[in-house]
Amino acid sequence: MNIHEYQAKALFEKFGVHVPKGVAAKSAAEFDSALAQLPEGKIVVKSQIHAGGRGKGTFTDGFKGGVKLCQSRAEAKEIAGKMLGNTLVTLQTGPAGRKVQTVYFTGADSIKKEYYLAILLDRATSRPVIVASTEGGMEIEKVAHETPDKIFKVFIDPAYGLADYQVRELCFKLGFNPAEMKNASKLIRQLYTMFWECDASMVEINPLISTPSDEVYPLDAKVSFDDNSLYRHPEITALRDLNEEDPKEIKASEHNLSYIALDGNIACLVNGAGLAMSTMDIIKHYGGNPANFLDVGGGASKEQVMAAFEIILTDPNVKGILVNIFGGIMDCDVIAHGVVAAAKEIGLKLPLVVRLEGNNADAGKATLAASGLTITSGTTMADAAQKIVALVSGK
Amino acid sequence: MAILIKPDTKILIQGITGSFGGKHAKLSLDYGTQVVAGVTPGKGGQVFEHNGHKVPVFNTVAEAAAKTGATVSAVFVPPPFAADAILECADAGLDLVVVITEGIPIKDMVRVKRAIAGKKTRLVGPNCPGLVCPGPGEQSHGGCRIGIAPGYINKQGHVGVVSRSGTLTYEAVYQLTEKNIGQSTTVGIGGDPVNGTSHLDVIKMFAADPDTHGIIMIGEIGGNAEVEAARWIKANCDKPVAGFIAGATAPAGRRMGHAGAIVGGAEDTAAAKIAVFKECGIEVAETPSDMADALLRAAKAKGVTLS
Repeated sequence: MNIHEYQAKALFEKFGVHVPKGVAAKSAAEFDSALAQLPEGKIVVKSQIHAGGRGKGTFTDGFKGGVKLCQSRAEAKEIAGKMLGNTLVTLQTGPAGRKVQTVYFTGADSIKKEYYLAILLDRATSRPVIVASTEGGMEIEKVAHETPDKIFKVFIDPAYGLADYQVRELCFKLGFNPAEMKNASKLIRQLYTMFWECDASMVEINPLISTPSDEVYPLDAKVSFDDNSLYRHPEITALRDLNEEDPKEIKASEHNLSYIALDGNIACLVNGAGLAMSTMDIIKHYGGNPANFLDVGGGASKEQVMAAFEIILTDPNVKGILVNIFGGIMDCDVIAHGVVAAAKEIGLKLPLVVRLEGNNADAGKATLAASGLTITSGTTMADAAQKIVALVSGK
Repeated sequence: MAILIKPDTKILIQGITGSFGGKHAKLSLDYGTQVVAGVTPGKGGQVFEHNGHKVPVFNTVAEAAAKTGATVSAVFVPPPFAADAILECADAGLDLVVVITEGIPIKDMVRVKRAIAGKKTRLVGPNCPGLVCPGPGEQSHGGCRIGIAPGYINKQGHVGVVSRSGTLTYEAVYQLTEKNIGQSTTVGIGGDPVNGTSHLDVIKMFAADPDTHGIIMIGEIGGNAEVEAARWIKANCDKPVAGFIAGATAPAGRRMGHAGAIVGGAEDTAAAKIAVFKECGIEVAETPSDMADALLRAAKAKGVTLS
């Protein structure tokens, strides 16, 4: 689960991290009171969406920049009015962009130098890792590729936690002066505590800045959490912003279905994450384009299959459906009844190819055949994928 | 013969009195697996009955192991209690703990993995379908089935299968059995980013197992475990190996069902992994329908008989 920058900074403060004063506003009516809380002078207006690249983004009405430096409160108010409710397209949002529902005002800081700091899980060692660089404010992937010697990593032993020497070593490598080092050490410790205590999957600060008075603090914040741990963090779960999620994905999660929308026109309904991914792949392999990832899980019920059909068909791009079930323990006939019931209730007109294999597959195929519906049967995954691609392309 | 388990391995089930654990305990008993004990704290003394089988339930893993000789545990307990269940197995000195539970907090797995490092207990999973060592009977009856896989699609033989994904494992096993090619062991290592046994761990065991003549390695986007295993195969393994990677069409930055299936950078895409497979002499299955055929091609090229 992702949260917004303004929420992340509020969470930082709970762990003692000094962050620049900022105020969020969700409507134009809140602009004046929000701006009044900031000192006179330059103000930065920041669009709050769950995607990076905001500064270089463009709104769908042509207005450029999702993050703007303003010279006065009046200018900040005017700029915020242009951002709020507008749709911002960045490199990470895809062409549809994201509607800005919150803007965040902060003071403008005097920057001496910019750094990069992140804490995440290192899969190779199964340990948390702190990644830091002297090259802040840039794309970290680019830094890692072009100047890997400017990226420093600290692996943390979960049995002991972050050791003092590790923090010192990192600060020396980043070249902090003694006063900065004192502030940076405190900050790194506080952020690591937050990462660990909150079950974060990533804390990324780009840039982290030092100021002329040797302070060190985050200018931006990107934080995400391990979904598996949310049950023990109700206060973090409360930060979830459903506006940032696809309504189809929200509905799917209510039915314990795992659904991700894609931009193709062949919908698929599959059991198992690995099989669902490779069903998308095989559609592409035979010249089609998958409209979604959908895993109905290992024990799908008739109701779940019906809900899955409804979600799939909400996508106006869908021109055909492929159902691919390998019923190991799951009864293929249960799936077949769900497919028939859903197709009848919805009055399905689109081409439908069903491949059933495994437990009770023959009974399932008989159920489909006896339904009176136009359902094409596929034998193998390859056969089923070729059939749906042909039906959708009209060949 | 086989790796990690044998057809007569004695297993216990943590969470046998729950609906999920109970259902699969019954299926394992029907398959002919030696399910000798169940563990549910507070329900010690009860008996789990199914088709004439009477499986005693114990309060602790240590007691269950001591009284029944079980050496392997299958964990079906809910996510908040799963890490504790694993630690209990390690303390009881079991050989193997196979964790089926999906949705365990990643931090719990980070801590557990560190805590059991260096101990004799091997962890497989979590969020995995488990292991099958097929038996000699009809539909491989009499084998050892630990977890949730459909044992009946297996056939006793000489191909090792390792995968993150349950359904893709079944797909591969089904294709092999249809072609009358049996399996030595199938191992599901699970779809989580922090797991106990890696592709490489399993590949090393298959390479050393005289009963395994060929290997199918199934992977997916995210992490570099498949790449690590492929490089080792190139340097150390003469057996024919076929590979498949799922997720070529997955968008970057989105978790595809499995907690670990996410493209974070250029290295963990399907295309990058497939390129390494090819470079390492692994016969790549073009589609999931091609997995058994890919292994046959690899075996033919090396002059190895699989069945």
